Amino acid sequence: MTTQTMTDQTQPENSGMGFKMANALKQTEERTKLLEKKDSVRLVDSPRLDIRDLSFFYGKFKALHNINMQIPDKQVTAFIGPSGCGKSTLLRIFNRIFDLYPGQRTEGQILLDNNDILSSKVDVNMLRAKIGMVFQKPTPFPMSIYDNVAFGVRLYENLSKSELNDRVEWALQRAALWGEVSDKLNQSGAALSGGQQQRLCIARGIAVKPEVLLLDEPTSALDPISTTKIEELVHELKSDFTIAIVTHNMQQAARVSDYTAFMYLGKLVEYDHTDIIFTNPGRKETEDYITGRFG
Amino acid sequence: MSATEKDINAHLHTQSAGVIWDKVFKGTSFAFAAMVLIVMLAIMVMLFKEAWPTFAHFGFSFLYTSEWDVVNDKFGALVPIVGTLVTSLIAILIGVPVSFGIAIFISLMAPSWLKRPIGIAIELLAAVPSIIYGMWGLFYFAPWFANTIQPFMTENLGGVPFIGQFFQGPPIGVSIFTAGFVLAIMIIPFIASIMRDMFDVVPTALKESAYAMGSTTWEVVWKVILPYTKAGVIGGIMLGLGRAMGETMAVAFVVGNSLELNTGLFYPGATIASTMANEFNEASGLHMSSLIALGFMLFVITFLVLSLAKWFLLRLEKSQQGDET
Amino acid sequence: MISKFKKRKLINYFNLSASIVVTAFGLVMLAWILTVLFGKGFQHINWAVFTQMTPPPGASGGLINAIVGTLLITFFAVLIGTPIGLMAGTYLAEFGGKSRFSSAVRFINDVLLSAPSIVVGVFVYAILVKPQGHFSGWAGAIALSILVIPVVLRTTEDMLKLVPVQMREAAAALGAPRYKVTIDIVYKAALSGMFTGLLLATARIMGETAPLLFTGLNNQFWSLDMNQPMANMPVVIYQYALSPYEDWQNLAWAAALLITISVLVMNIIARYSLKQPSSR
Repeated sequence: MTTQTMTDQTQPENSGMGFKMANALKQTEERTKLLEKKDSVRLVDSPRLDIRDLSFFYGKFKALHNINMQIPDKQVTAFIGPSGCGKSTLLRIFNRIFDLYPGQRTEGQILLDNNDILSSKVDVNMLRAKIGMVFQKPTPFPMSIYDNVAFGVRLYENLSKSELNDRVEWALQRAALWGEVSDKLNQSGAALSGGQQQRLCIARGIAVKPEVLLLDEPTSALDPISTTKIEELVHELKSDFTIAIVTHNMQQAARVSDYTAFMYLGKLVEYDHTDIIFTNPGRKETEDYITGRFG
Repeated sequence: MSATEKDINAHLHTQSAGVIWDKVFKGTSFAFAAMVLIVMLAIMVMLFKEAWPTFAHFGFSFLYTSEWDVVNDKFGALVPIVGTLVTSLIAILIGVPVSFGIAIFISLMAPSWLKRPIGIAIELLAAVPSIIYGMWGLFYFAPWFANTIQPFMTENLGGVPFIGQFFQGPPIGVSIFTAGFVLAIMIIPFIASIMRDMFDVVPTALKESAYAMGSTTWEVVWKVILPYTKAGVIGGIMLGLGRAMGETMAVAFVVGNSLELNTGLFYPGATIASTMANEFNEASGLHMSSLIALGFMLFVITFLVLSLAKWFLLRLEKSQQGDET
Repeated sequence: MISKFKKRKLINYFNLSASIVVTAFGLVMLAWILTVLFGKGFQHINWAVFTQMTPPPGASGGLINAIVGTLLITFFAVLIGTPIGLMAGTYLAEFGGKSRFSSAVRFINDVLLSAPSIVVGVFVYAILVKPQGHFSGWAGAIALSILVIPVVLRTTEDMLKLVPVQMREAAAALGAPRYKVTIDIVYKAALSGMFTGLLLATARIMGETAPLLFTGLNNQFWSLDMNQPMANMPVVIYQYALSPYEDWQNLAWAAALLITISVLVMNIIARYSLKQPSSR
């Protein structure tokens, strides 16, 4: 209802009665279509990650409360919400990077192709090779650009020299960095600019050909031009990878994602097609956050 | 689908070599960390074991009797214990104010072109082996001191009631006082560089606010910088004190190595470390055991001082964390 | 108002002058020491120092056996102590966290870091020299290695902790097992810092005399046998400087200068190598 009123107010003053009518009709039509879509969303067609009743604890503090959602295959899913809402925490569960720290634990399940990745029997290293991650701050390793990209590949595959060369080139191509670094592969990764470093990290992440790519606020430390490049890249990459991106920038979520999850205080408030979340959110909190009327 | 599933199942659930190597790596590093504790424990136990004949023979009287008679196998540790404490005290009394002044000078007064050279010089001097300080003390400082300052002090202060007795002694240069002085010179670079580091981390905004209130440089030092760095400064002094007490070579050269009990600071004396260095290689039986007992005492004393230093530094860390949150 | 202001100014003036005076005093003393050391040392460093053995009383000679002995003992001390300090430091930085065990190791390590070196000498005397019945190069090397451990441990932990957590997470996120993260990424990132620790440890033990007095002792003659007493610079300095023979005293000054120069050079390299990564 609120959306309706808002749109009405923004209509030009001089529009005639007929125009208004047609407009209202069109809107109703759109709404119906979206709502139809909305119902079908409840079952993501081909989920890559199926999150079931997931809770997360930092020691005794419960940071995530019973999350249920499905991350669709070869789509971009964005996680938004105010800082501290648990969106990064959730992302860090998907590849169990939280395992590095004692005192952090989960309850519930996350199924990757019907296989619970939170089980203690899972080899986390193998899991992380399947689910790659790029962090907020670019983290080039203290080695050459080539070795940075080859690092993960060398861990799990025995490639010949030329195969490895091809893979490194492929990854750098996919990360839209090849043109800028092809003649200086032996230079230190730290010598690149911030935006280039982040694309290097993406190249490093996709070089191992993971199934899922997690992006944890990948552009928040970058300038606008680099940000645009990364966003374009995300668009490109979804043909090959399932992508989950955490961002505090709502426009970014709207631009790059197919699905958006809004989180607040450790709970998944709403999860839907991105266009529905941004035009017709079902929950008051979501709407308040999206319209900037938050807290 | 089922094929992929199987595949992934197999992959995810194979405990790869990485997992095993992880355990090996973590276990090995843990073992080496534990080794530090074991070494410490072993030192304590071995020293106590070797010192036991002395403790059993003399009991607590080992600590407060002053007779050290190798020929008749009578040993009391009072002279070296007092010597250790007094030389360290002198070193701190001279070394701390000087270090404080140097730190103020480098941190607040020196023009920037002078800051780095003096700072580096001080830090490098902290690395000069202590035996060098001993040689300098023996061959240069002691004779000079015996000919100039000492007669002057004895003449002018020796007659003063009560404190006069401290300034008595033969004009030979090697003495408790000389040892304390050489120790002071040795720990000055060490303490000064710690204090300088502490002063340098005081936020500029804090100093500027104090200056903006019309404070003089000294008032900024005394009322802002010093309270802010108190725990760290005290911790640094304690570490310096620990060094002075455990130092062997700088002292062995200049203390005179006499186990007679004297009140005068200009008399030759002995410290725990100097006595050990001096007599160890000719000792056997109860004598050897007594020397090791001395070493045990030294270890206990420095352990206490270091614990105190650590406690101060921990308090500093806590108070700084408190400021942040 | 004015008088109070004057008083404050006076106090300020007096105290600041005092700190200039004590700075001058400190620098003069330290300059005096260095002048003496370099003056006396250079005067007596000559070709013989590097070619001849330590002489019998009253005769002139060189320091070659002591130089080689010091190099050998130091080398083995570093070789023994470094892996222990390195691995223990790795445990504290990578796995230990704030557990009670690691706090205990940290505290005890700080105690060992400033423990009286002579006590360490007595300890090794008790566990090695006494049972074996004779002094040896090995005993000296082990005594010094106990002094190496805390320095290496401390710097290793500090340097590894400087490596950003994100770097470890990024490597782990690629599926690298923990040990690979540490060895391939964290060590690499902290390499220059760890090298500094190694140099500082070497510098620290090169001039140490007290522990060797009870363990390696001295040897008038050429010996490369670590099972036998071994000549070494610090003990030579101690014995010769306190001797009544002028030739010996002169050699002591030459040895003192050589040791000091080595220690200072290592410290300077250590500072320089630590500066490198930050300036890059």
